[in-house]
Amino acid sequence: MVFIGLDIGSVAAKGVLLTGESRHRLLLPTGWSPGETGKNLIEGLLRQSGLRRSDVKRVVATGYGRVALREADRTVTEISCHARGVAAAYPDAGTVIDIGGQDSKVISIGRGGKVLNFAMNDKCAAGTGRFLQVMAAALDMDIGELGEAEDPSQDVTINSMCTVFAESEIVGLLACGISRGGIIAGLHRSVGRRVAAMARRLGVRERVVLSGGVALNRGVYRALQEELRWSVTVADDCLFSGAAGAALLAGEMD
Amino acid sequence: MLTELLEDFWAIREKNVIKIKELKEQGRKVVGIYCTFCPNELVIAAGAIPVGLCGTRDEPIAAAEETLPRNLCPLIKSSYGFAVTDTCPFFFFSDLIVGETTCDGKKKMFEIMGELKPVHVMQLPNLKGDGLYFQLWVDEIRRLRARLERELCAGISDEALWEAIDLVNRETRAVKEICDLNRQDPPALNGLELLAVVWSKGFSADRSGVVDMLVRLKEALVERQFQAAAGKSCCCPGPGREATSVPQWSRPRVLLTGCPVGLGSEKVVRLVEEKGGAVVAMENCTGYKTLELETGREHDDPIVALAHKYIRIPCSCMSPNQYRLELLERMIADFNPCAVVDLTWQACHTYNIEAYAVERLAAEKGLPYLHLETDYSASDREALKVRIEALLEMAR
Repeated sequence: MVFIGLDIGSVAAKGVLLTGESRHRLLLPTGWSPGETGKNLIEGLLRQSGLRRSDVKRVVATGYGRVALREADRTVTEISCHARGVAAAYPDAGTVIDIGGQDSKVISIGRGGKVLNFAMNDKCAAGTGRFLQVMAAALDMDIGELGEAEDPSQDVTINSMCTVFAESEIVGLLACGISRGGIIAGLHRSVGRRVAAMARRLGVRERVVLSGGVALNRGVYRALQEELRWSVTVADDCLFSGAAGAALLAGEMD
Repeated sequence: MLTELLEDFWAIREKNVIKIKELKEQGRKVVGIYCTFCPNELVIAAGAIPVGLCGTRDEPIAAAEETLPRNLCPLIKSSYGFAVTDTCPFFFFSDLIVGETTCDGKKKMFEIMGELKPVHVMQLPNLKGDGLYFQLWVDEIRRLRARLERELCAGISDEALWEAIDLVNRETRAVKEICDLNRQDPPALNGLELLAVVWSKGFSADRSGVVDMLVRLKEALVERQFQAAAGKSCCCPGPGREATSVPQWSRPRVLLTGCPVGLGSEKVVRLVEEKGGAVVAMENCTGYKTLELETGREHDDPIVALAHKYIRIPCSCMSPNQYRLELLERMIADFNPCAVVDLTWQACHTYNIEAYAVERLAAEKGLPYLHLETDYSASDREALKVRIEALLEMAR
């Protein structure tokens, strides 16, 4: 039987199609119309797998754009989907940390990916991909370049939690002649500190698995490990944990 | 029948604006009240009308922020905003406003509110028990009695006070009996209906009339539960019922605790119900927080009797506040919730900090727990939705 999981995030839309034997995945920018993007994901996954729409038993959508999808049979929150997706790949996972475009969350999980407890960032963008995106723009860089460009040997601290204030703070640091690499390392530490505090408040259980797009940034990964003082595993296919979880949950529903 | 009874509660506020206006014209006095700590019995015994004041809507907050700081609790800003923009009819009709020092924000806001109307502030001790703290509270209730007598030009006799005590005790019992019907599964009332009943009653000019309404509603609800048990249709579309099509019996039961909620600030209750949960009980000011508290007859002095009742209210301004946790523990046993939602209005430090103890209690009981810090605005609806939905997924 064929199931599709769609994770429509604020920046990227991820789709996973599961048949009994194979797994297909597709990544698209979410753009301005989450509904349209979801449709494109399904079509793309079907093309990739050579299947027809009628072969698909169920579609489960997650992510902030989940409600905009007419094609979805059910919607499930990102919390449950990330927990399920990570637990499938790492059965010994106890904590999932997901840093996405506009949310960061820490999920305590038990057997089979059952959600025991969770915490999410507040209304503001501190400790999320959006924070890094705005800072990258201020440094005239692409967000994908940040991880490689940092210089962790420099001890730069970004104090502002607010994205807007942090932006002025780095403008000030640049004016003082602080290097870009040092500032980037400071930004990564800021995200790491914020997320680690949230995780410690919830209670960290081994093993800690990092998912979401920001997990691809080696600097954040390093900073998070340092701040958390736990070893962290970056999920294989970290972008698709939520979508994979949604596809698995689609297969487990009555 | 039941539908009409519930609609009567939804309509209390509107109807009573006109009623209170008429009574005012006939010379009756009105005392505006913000908080459950105010002994309504004294106002009733003075022959005046105690009435709840508006403070649960977002609309007047912008006006309040012209005077008050932005990072203040929405309840304080809304209360002041309604008063300063003259959009709360009950405030308009009030001859005297009674406030309490339940938090620093309110205490200082009342000083400014005093420029609009006569405001009497009761100094509340933050410690329960005997000794000087209790004596202070007794003296404060006496001081309120004297102020009411002076301001309303009316004597308050002990006899009238005992009568008023009986009336308020009867009301407390009637409300509790309705709330307790939600111990059953499915609950007798959905969260919005429950809120409409417990919150709206405070706006009525006719206290014994409200008790009658509550008694009639309870009978009708028992009748409906009886019919449902007998297999007859129990579907009763009324205000608040249209929110979602999930049947009542398959909804995860949610216990709401924390800051006060009223119509206008019911967004968390509404979201829980929209997302398929059922708010079966509310441990907050309009809800269960005061429902176990009746004024006892064992004291000769009615003022001392009142002081004993009111000082027990488990508001987070009390330190320590053990009774709140005991009450919650009892409610968890009685209402059998699948999850606990703890609501803190932005900048309410005391409830925000007590969340630590409530979370621990929920964990001990094995219940999923969600602490939400928010305000009256709709800006974080989507963020709240994800959290509430995830909580309900955990509870299922």
